[in-house]
Amino acid sequence: MSIQNVIASSESKDELRQRLLKPDEITGSEILLRTLLLEGVECVFGYPGGAVLYIYDAMYGNPDFKHLLTRHEQGAIHAADGYARSTGKVGVCIATSGPGATNLVTGIATAYMDSVPLVCITGNVATSLIGSDAFQEADIIGITMPITKHSYLVRDVKDLARTIREAFHIASTGRKGPVLIDIPKDVSNQVTRFEYPETISLPTYKPTLYPNKLQVDKLLAAIEEAKQPVILAGGGVVYADASAELIEFAEKTRIPVTTTLLGLGGFPSGHELWMGMPGMHGTKTANYALQNADLLISIGARFDDRVTMKLEGFAPRAKIAHIDIDPAEIGKNVPVDIPVVSDVKEALKEANTKARPAQSEEWIKQIQEMKEQYPLRYKDSDDELKPQWVIEMISETTNGEAFITTDVGQHQMWVAQYYKFKNPRSLITSGGLGTMGFGFPSAIGVQMAHPDKLVISINGDGGMQMCAQELAVCAINNIPVKIVVINNQVLGMVRQWQELIYDSRYSHIDLSGSPDFVKLAEAYGVKGLRATTKEEARAAWQEALNHPGPVLIDFVVSKMENVYPMVQQGCTLDEMIMGDSE
Amino acid sequence: MRRHVISVLVNDQPGVLQRVAGLFGRRGFNIESITVGSSEEPGLSRMIIVTRGDEKTMEQVSKQLYKLIDVAKVVDLSASPMVARELALIKVGAEPAERPEILGVVDTFRASVVDVGPNTLIVQVVGDSDKIDAMVELLKPYGIKELTRTGVTAMTRGMIRKQQP
Repeated sequence: MSIQNVIASSESKDELRQRLLKPDEITGSEILLRTLLLEGVECVFGYPGGAVLYIYDAMYGNPDFKHLLTRHEQGAIHAADGYARSTGKVGVCIATSGPGATNLVTGIATAYMDSVPLVCITGNVATSLIGSDAFQEADIIGITMPITKHSYLVRDVKDLARTIREAFHIASTGRKGPVLIDIPKDVSNQVTRFEYPETISLPTYKPTLYPNKLQVDKLLAAIEEAKQPVILAGGGVVYADASAELIEFAEKTRIPVTTTLLGLGGFPSGHELWMGMPGMHGTKTANYALQNADLLISIGARFDDRVTMKLEGFAPRAKIAHIDIDPAEIGKNVPVDIPVVSDVKEALKEANTKARPAQSEEWIKQIQEMKEQYPLRYKDSDDELKPQWVIEMISETTNGEAFITTDVGQHQMWVAQYYKFKNPRSLITSGGLGTMGFGFPSAIGVQMAHPDKLVISINGDGGMQMCAQELAVCAINNIPVKIVVINNQVLGMVRQWQELIYDSRYSHIDLSGSPDFVKLAEAYGVKGLRATTKEEARAAWQEALNHPGPVLIDFVVSKMENVYPMVQQGCTLDEMIMGDSE
Repeated sequence: MRRHVISVLVNDQPGVLQRVAGLFGRRGFNIESITVGSSEEPGLSRMIIVTRGDEKTMEQVSKQLYKLIDVAKVVDLSASPMVARELALIKVGAEPAERPEILGVVDTFRASVVDVGPNTLIVQVVGDSDKIDAMVELLKPYGIKELTRTGVTAMTRGMIRKQQP
């Protein structure tokens, strides 16, 4: 199976739809597959087991249904997550009951924290056994209640089609998020007449999509008075596909923009009004701007503590406006003066019709000077490979046109700092939950959605080992992800904290005994390369780019490198340690 | 930290109580009492939740509740004049000689005796929480063998105002 024929479909979409909509007497499993196809699902990621065997049996020989077998349920859900983040469509994963379902938990929490639309299908034991502590039974609805947007236990096959329709609707509208559907084994085998519900009726679910115009006017009036305004743009801009509207808004109002980790790419990094990322490892310019702003406009950003740091001292002089689709985010962490509950794109469209510039030219000049005075920088070396240099090298070769997935830790922050993101959805990273193990499998999902695009997965040596088994999936399906390991033989971010905060008491961070990553890749049938110098790095990277299939490149980098600038916990954004960049 | 009585109209679905109670727990909101029963609308149940918090907390409670797909309406009843009632059953030690005295207390509170045992009485009292607390205090000297309270149910007085969603 090559990656191309995973996505390709022989008949036209209309023909397929008519065939699928036929009201036959079919089993729950067939209803599931048909409904997923009718929802436009191109590929699902999963792992079979006893409770989903009827579902997998229905897939057998089914030419319409594309399923990618991962090597762990965590790999499946992170792949579905990458698929969803990079396309904006709903990602789908399937796992069996009990341990299969609980192996999804980390991935569900990851998607929930970052508002990623997923539909997670889990099998469960037969309805007659539910509650009896049967073999491989787990109350996955109860377990995942705090980390799903909604969940369903389907007790009657007649409810199945409607439930799946509702799940897709809930996952992909309003503030997006994961929805879980638990299907008992007998339900997946019961037969009923398939009727696809054309409409969805959820009277208690009414997300607010359009802004209150008076509030938007208030915001515009505040902008015209502002002398030192700042836009804080988050993942909501990317998810609402509102990048173009944000650029127009910033340019019309003449307001500098800082993008959070999940907002990177939502505003082009080369733009004169862009200040970099804010927060714990943000740029001096972005943090200075936040602390000295007289008007702060948060757009699809939720004032995460990694951005605000000590809340009491955050943006102390600013009047705060907050545009968010989730009313519960408004006022949750920071008191808000001008709330705008709306889809970000709709709010910006409305604002752009009447937006006038702020009195910000002096402020922009000041920001430009700061950007020049305090660029991100590191002490380069000719003796050892610096991780920042590796990221810069990758950034230069792709010119911002690749999809980048990262794992979590130092390398993630270096990617955020040194990779020049131009396009929305080009950075796929676990922000809210900070899930190690996310980076590599999520790239598989991204590549499945974008078979012809360059997909680069950047990982640390720690996170790479948390889902390394998915190398098999890349090899066997020829998924040509370029897998980068920034290998410092240590849990880098933990080491950095232990150095700075715990008096260099390096407790349990030494990853000696890690596998030889080149050999590990080769053992799975993936090309493996290693680089320890700049020269080797350039050559290896070029070889990787030229190779048509998956490649793992082990960049052996300096061990003691820290991520700077840094604001320590409990400090305000003014109190930055500049470290090597000073 | 004012006491708030919140009415939450929810879909009558399995697991909804767990969703609501779980939300309170994990967001660090306090629950003093929670009662659930059917409402005037078929398919919807009404939960009455008694909680404590400042205005900011109450705003978050309401907003977070609205995030649940099964929640149709959230109203802070204590924001307007309301009737709040709780029911208690109190099994009190009552030797025959003490009974007239106990019955006197019961009458004063317009409570009623719903069971008579050889040396116990079950007293049923309905009222606001303070009244029940007072009743319990007065019955303590006779020896409370068993006590059960329902938690508060409540509604606003007169016509329901149009609530903002």
